[in-house]
Amino acid sequence: MEISRNWRLRYQRYKLEGTKCMDCGNVSFPPRRVCPKCGSENYATKALMPTGEVYSYTLVTSPPEYFESQAPYPVAMVKLDDGPLVSTQLTDVNYDAIRIGMRVEMVTRKLRAYGKNGLIIYGYKFRPEEAKDGN
Amino acid sequence: MSVYIAGIGQTAVSEHWDLSLRDLALDAIVRAVKDAEMDKKRIEALYVGNMLAGELAQQEHLGALIADHAGLLPIEATHIESACASGAEALRMAYLHIRSGEIGCAMVVGVEQMTDVLTPRATVGLAGATDADYEVTHGFSFVAINALLARRYMHEYGVRHEDLALFPVNSHANAVHNPYAMYRNEIDVDRVVKAPKVCDPISTFDSGPICDGSAACVLVNEESMKELGINREHCVEIASSSCATDTLTLSARDAPLVLKAARISADNAYKRAGVEPGDIDLFELHDAFSVMSAMSLEACGFAEKGRGCELAKEGQIRIDGSIPICTMGGLKARGHPVGATGVYQVVECVEQLRGEVGRNQVKDAEIAMAQNFGGSGATVVTHILRRV
Amino acid sequence: MKVRNAFVKGYGVAIPRYRIKDEAIAKNWGSSRGPIEEKAVAGLDEDSTTIAIEASRNALRRAGIDGEKIEVVFFGSESKVYAVKPTATIIAEAIGATPQVSAADFEFACKAGTEAMKCCTAYVSSELADYALAVGADTAQGRPGDELEYTAASGGAAYIFSREPENAIASVDEMYSFTTDTPDFWRRPEQKYPMHGFRFTGEPAYFKHVTMAAIEIMNSMGASPKDFNHVVFHQPNVKFPQNVAEDLGFTKEQIGYGLLSGRIGNTYSGATPVGLANILDHAKPGEKILAVSFGSGAGSDAIAFTVMDGVEKKRDLAPSVESYIARKVYIDYATYLRFRGKIDMGD
Repeated sequence: MEISRNWRLRYQRYKLEGTKCMDCGNVSFPPRRVCPKCGSENYATKALMPTGEVYSYTLVTSPPEYFESQAPYPVAMVKLDDGPLVSTQLTDVNYDAIRIGMRVEMVTRKLRAYGKNGLIIYGYKFRPEEAKDGN
Repeated sequence: MSVYIAGIGQTAVSEHWDLSLRDLALDAIVRAVKDAEMDKKRIEALYVGNMLAGELAQQEHLGALIADHAGLLPIEATHIESACASGAEALRMAYLHIRSGEIGCAMVVGVEQMTDVLTPRATVGLAGATDADYEVTHGFSFVAINALLARRYMHEYGVRHEDLALFPVNSHANAVHNPYAMYRNEIDVDRVVKAPKVCDPISTFDSGPICDGSAACVLVNEESMKELGINREHCVEIASSSCATDTLTLSARDAPLVLKAARISADNAYKRAGVEPGDIDLFELHDAFSVMSAMSLEACGFAEKGRGCELAKEGQIRIDGSIPICTMGGLKARGHPVGATGVYQVVECVEQLRGEVGRNQVKDAEIAMAQNFGGSGATVVTHILRRV
Repeated sequence: MKVRNAFVKGYGVAIPRYRIKDEAIAKNWGSSRGPIEEKAVAGLDEDSTTIAIEASRNALRRAGIDGEKIEVVFFGSESKVYAVKPTATIIAEAIGATPQVSAADFEFACKAGTEAMKCCTAYVSSELADYALAVGADTAQGRPGDELEYTAASGGAAYIFSREPENAIASVDEMYSFTTDTPDFWRRPEQKYPMHGFRFTGEPAYFKHVTMAAIEIMNSMGASPKDFNHVVFHQPNVKFPQNVAEDLGFTKEQIGYGLLSGRIGNTYSGATPVGLANILDHAKPGEKILAVSFGSGAGSDAIAFTVMDGVEKKRDLAPSVESYIARKVYIDYATYLRFRGKIDMGD
């Protein structure tokens, strides 16, 4: 059930930890050890701001294996306020209410479980930012 | 040094419940050998394009496996995997090896058996074309990724689903007369738009099917052509071959709506063949999803950014148009047995250039282009073929 | 016991957006209505861990500190996602408190959350830690058709304690616990739903422990009900806390802010901490608060607080309890069964 593989990604999944190029300043998520912009190998890790806006979205109705019990669920590309696009599920939202440009914030949710006796994997999803104030 | 396709073979794209991976590959190889009218013992190397056997059938090591079952032992044989571009990349490897002078005659086979597993399993396999750690673990399917692209494309360019639907309508119309095609029925825009959504806005008629199939080509150089007694008139020249790459995930791209690798791959192919987009008589593009057709036409210089659908609206993509595409049904209607698709595309280009396709024949076709994508344009392999 | 040098520096809650009305449950079982209006239900991707993480992040926002400052993470719950493997480590990692942090999970039915709060108070008061985080969160389950199904709800709250009074939200003044071996409610390992003693959960369990804890802490403080502006009791339904308040001499006004079970159900380890959070959302500096939890098995923790000036500028730094309650989407009984894993999926 890929224990170490999931464990290794905990900082990305819990804290949106990406990288910042120390030469050109480009911010990447997921982390990049070689800057995709300038090729520099000089980087620092950085927890990204947990907010952004919906760049595009869809509804998965024919899910991959292990996600059947969650379907249908919305997925999106979210443009983080720190720059990078992140591929993510949206949660706490009615599909019909999702719009391109909608403000969203990161929450930590259950991504999947490896059966009834396996690991539970937690990580980022995004939900409408309005939930924050509820006004 | 010129490289020629001396023989082609293909199986019908279908749900082959009764055929295994090795059976499918063998059928295409046997047909290609027969088409080349040669002795199969003269084949010096085998290149197998396949994406999913490891994931779906727990079968790796396809080079030796297929060489064995095709009766080609002990020749050199290897397996090439570049997601959905595996087929074209296998062809390119054969091309490069012949160009290097190391060998004179090679067999390329693209093969995929996807229907042995249930859909959720195949969906996981196909999602292997994108980032397993950062997309698949989040429940992304490959269709979902293309749906994200389609939604954004429609949003930015004011394109309607009805506009994109013209591509599957064209592919289905062309598949009617292709005996190897999976869906030989005509559809209309209404049917595409009203079909159930796989991933909104992508409907079941916007995406290629899960299916099985195999296609093969025999490649030779000038010297082998003569030695093996192959009829030169029957050959088609590979005028150029190129491959370019981009990020696996769309999210890592500065401009997700631009297929940068497709543009670079096509530009290099044009340059190496000494041709321009206007010289291309037909274009077998990678219409795995409707939006990909539009974006391919844009990336390869046939339309401005965001204007790919205009060519479809004007009828330019039809057999009698200025840039016929998916002339035998494309991925949508011929079918998309992923690792085999790139070889099917080239086989169809060869049929067109040899003038063998009857009602689908592009008149006076001299130069054909095939472009095969791995992932959402993360690996893009382009071949330009020329009538001899 | 009088508490010295312990202050609430931050608090936060998390309540899932889904609600089911009691009448939607009741009609499946031939009754007219249940003991509350509606309850909060965790979505498919929520569990006690995710609720705890969200509440903890809200508490950090109000405390105005980075997660790395937290030296203790205690998590109280009866719906832990693993029988063996701490949730506290997941919370600690998610808020960035690792690796120099003391962490553990507490179980004491519905009072594991307040027990965690007491232990965190002890840690900071005794100068063993600068900042300690206590979380109570549950996604409690009731057997379909059982009376618990009407009330067992999802939600939680987190509290950060420190011995620094600057910008504090409240001081912790006094703590008292009343505990006996009283088997009114339990769940054996491997069992999905708890067993309970019906009327035995009332008089010898809830009422005795809550009443004794409240009386004893007031005796110890030399206080009476009128000395408190607000009081919150554990709330397995609406009636129990109302009755115990009346018996003890508290008014409806005093229990007003703390009594939420009618609108979100019984969030078990989250119940008293969430009620307390709603009081803090509304209280004025100088006001006195009494919180009395109850955990089956059985015991009650009583904690007395005095609201401090920090509350006014801190409360708006994270979503209020009312905003979480307002953010609701109703689901029907079939969706509820799906969300709560009560449908046999054949796996």
